[in-house]
Amino acid sequence: MTDTALTPSAFEAHHDDAHAHDTHEMSFFARWFMSTNHKDIGTLYLIFAIVAGIIGGGISGLMRAELAHPGIQYLGYWASFLPGGEQGLDHSLHLWNVLITAHGLIMVFFMVMPAMIGGFGNWFVPIMIGAPDMAFPRMNNVSFWLLIPAFTLLLASPFFGGAGNGWTLYAPLSTYGEPGPSTDMAILALHLAGASSILGAINFITTIFNMRAPGMTLHKMPLFVWSVLVTAFLLLLALPVLAAAITMLLTDRNFGTTFFDPAGGGDPVLYQHLFWFFGHPEVYIMILPGFGIVSQVISTFSKKPVFGYLGMAYAMVAIGVVGFVVWAHHMFTTGLSVNTKMYFTAATMVIAVPTGIKIFSWIATMWGGSLTFKTPMLWAIGFIFMFTVGGVTGVVLANGGIDDYMQDSYYVVAHFHYVLSLGAVFSLFCGFYYWFPKMSGKMYNEFLGQVHYWVFFLGVNVMFFPMHFLGLQNMQRRVPDYADALAQWNWVASIGYMIMAASMVVFFVNVIMSLMSGKKAGDSPWGEGATTLEWTLSSPPPYHQFETLPRID
Amino acid sequence: MIGMKSIVMAAGLAMIGTGAVQAAPQAAPVVTVTKPEVAAAPVAAPAAPAVTAATDPMLAVDGAPAMAIDPTIGQPVPGHISLQPQVTKTGRQAAWFHNALLMPVITVISLFVLALLGLVIVRFRRAKNPVASRTSHNTILEVAWTGIPVLILLGLALPSIGLLQAQYKPAPKNAVVLKAIGNQWYWSYEYPGNGGFSITSNMLKEANEVGKGERARTAIDGPRLLATDARVVLPVGVPVRLITTSNDVIHSWEIPAFWIKLDAIPGRLNETSFTIEKEGVYFGVCSELCGARHGYMPITVQAVSPAVFAQWVKAKGGTMPGNGAAAAPVAATPAAVATGEPTAVGNAAAEALPAEAPVAGASPANASAGN
Repeated sequence: MTDTALTPSAFEAHHDDAHAHDTHEMSFFARWFMSTNHKDIGTLYLIFAIVAGIIGGGISGLMRAELAHPGIQYLGYWASFLPGGEQGLDHSLHLWNVLITAHGLIMVFFMVMPAMIGGFGNWFVPIMIGAPDMAFPRMNNVSFWLLIPAFTLLLASPFFGGAGNGWTLYAPLSTYGEPGPSTDMAILALHLAGASSILGAINFITTIFNMRAPGMTLHKMPLFVWSVLVTAFLLLLALPVLAAAITMLLTDRNFGTTFFDPAGGGDPVLYQHLFWFFGHPEVYIMILPGFGIVSQVISTFSKKPVFGYLGMAYAMVAIGVVGFVVWAHHMFTTGLSVNTKMYFTAATMVIAVPTGIKIFSWIATMWGGSLTFKTPMLWAIGFIFMFTVGGVTGVVLANGGIDDYMQDSYYVVAHFHYVLSLGAVFSLFCGFYYWFPKMSGKMYNEFLGQVHYWVFFLGVNVMFFPMHFLGLQNMQRRVPDYADALAQWNWVASIGYMIMAASMVVFFVNVIMSLMSGKKAGDSPWGEGATTLEWTLSSPPPYHQFETLPRID
Repeated sequence: MIGMKSIVMAAGLAMIGTGAVQAAPQAAPVVTVTKPEVAAAPVAAPAAPAVTAATDPMLAVDGAPAMAIDPTIGQPVPGHISLQPQVTKTGRQAAWFHNALLMPVITVISLFVLALLGLVIVRFRRAKNPVASRTSHNTILEVAWTGIPVLILLGLALPSIGLLQAQYKPAPKNAVVLKAIGNQWYWSYEYPGNGGFSITSNMLKEANEVGKGERARTAIDGPRLLATDARVVLPVGVPVRLITTSNDVIHSWEIPAFWIKLDAIPGRLNETSFTIEKEGVYFGVCSELCGARHGYMPITVQAVSPAVFAQWVKAKGGTMPGNGAAAAPVAATPAAVATGEPTAVGNAAAEALPAEAPVAGASPANASAGN
């Protein structure tokens, strides 16, 4: 079904013209700061996500350093770099909360989302459906540039006291629990990032519904396009609720309203309902495009069409729909009634069904294939297994009665890092290696790519697997210090971080070397298995592709 | 914002003295009116604990708790990778569900996926299988991998719902009522069914961290970051009704060995119940991010025989139900106001509860001022 191979000759004649015409006349500023080209904007998003990933990953390095041994070792020293210098234990401990908040917000809103949707989505959705560009190119540029002030606000907030509420910004800690402008800055950063995502979602939905090439029916679209379409709908429906919730936080903080303040008839739990009504779809927003990427890669390197294409597409739709009615499983200990807890337990478990369909369909795609194990395929296979491991602990946590033990413990931390740090991030690297030759026109170094994979795989597993044990032994989240009995596994986890960090050095060396002196990539370096439209174009693609629309049979 | 708050507070409507709590975060001695000298020694106002030693069966001569701690129960154990041992009925039921059902199922599923991956990698690598098939549909397979997971999940959902039913079984009338109140950053407790006396429980600091005259943690108190200066004492074999609320931000009260975790939310009364089956000391931690010292407000429960519990209650100036209404528990509230203690109006429902009767207002599931 996704087999849309066609001959490039139909539109290749125009390539060189268009390329020469548009790029070489533009100044650097006009091309990169006033861009309306989906590929340039996609590149900007990817660069942005890499920068944010370095910052967010660096913060997790600080956290693993502090957690390597019991007791407080470095927080006071780090706090001395902030305005006002070191101001005692509470100030240092607050810095910890600032770090965990920043790590969460950066990784979710400024690394994974921009890379998946803004980066790969922008680059490949128009190409895969045979469109010349996105539907609203200027709005596309606005989407990207809204992220810059958003990220600046967030990064500046620690210098005004620091927002230490956790990425969930629970009231009342985020309302009267934390005076000063920092939390307001973090909230506004989320508003801007949310607006950016809503604009992007509108753009993707419009593009996918209206700009498909002749013959590219919805049921012929590559699964990556399907995944971005579902994701865009989730963004469009979920983000306004977040915007409302954090606007209420702002007015509670600054204008004397009491939405979440029981003294004025408000309710702190209302905030949690609103937040998680956004927050649960948000986790699918982070993983669905990854599903799409993995589907493309598995199919390419198996030289087979995706198994059960329609089931795969509608499994994502089902995950998106059910994802909106399970939010209170994040709130099992807030005092829900027994019936509520039973409903959310059952509804949450239902999600395992479409997810299982996807896992088995990927394996069935490989079954009977002719597999090659290039770097992108390694990441894809790693993704399938690691996402399964993260998924099954999700089934454990889905049980409201069981969750009473694990809620807010490291078991939860382990669970969501398995689905994000080993799920979403694996799929990001998968897509990066898969499309790097297409985007840059250069091949990456296969040996370094595989070294990166194996070392990263080892590192994140050593880091996150012991967190299950820590959670079961009752180490709570969001603390810089822990009972001495928990020292062993924390030490192991910190070693895992160092292994992971070493692999990232390999990654960056590979990227820089390949960009500077990589072998030239052909139009379709992955061979006959790669059947989507981007492989019919040159590498890198022309500045404007498909001036003559391709026709899909 | 702050100005607004002060006005509200001045009008007597504020839920919490945010400023007051933040200014003196670690000390909030809620002193019982009837016998102030028995109050647990708060960190910032060190009383001489020895004075009360004779009347308090829970205290050794130096003021430290008298019961020895089993280091393998009720707290993390070095190197251990599984659930803490359970000492309540619902806890054992939940641990069984987790250990005997969930863990094997998810392990088998993970290994099954891993085996399938290994099989396709070996069997269908290019060297072995140079020509790929074009198969992309198999209805029977697709129905199977939709249907079988549904059956597995049904098999898990039934015991899961049974567990929830057991956990939500309301406590009987004769239950001991424990009200846990979260504060930044310590727990205070009230025993509304036992004359309404209250205790305040602060984390014990290490010897090199305490100020002059403050009591430091010793080995007998329990592990670092888990030991408190005043343990919650509860009887074994008697149902306990736990009510949680908060004076400021959201906290969460937990004892993993009881399989209990319940958020303490300002303006709400959450309720659950459990029956401890084994004497001992059990540790928990605040499990909802509540600000700077979130990791420094542990929970310590000492489970004793009902007889010792009654003795302890008497030593604290409380009464056992049926012993007449000698004490004047309601006095605690005005006393708190007089000493400038944070008094939550959001808590009003809680304060207004009849002290001798087991909580009237709280429904078995959840009683909330908000809805």
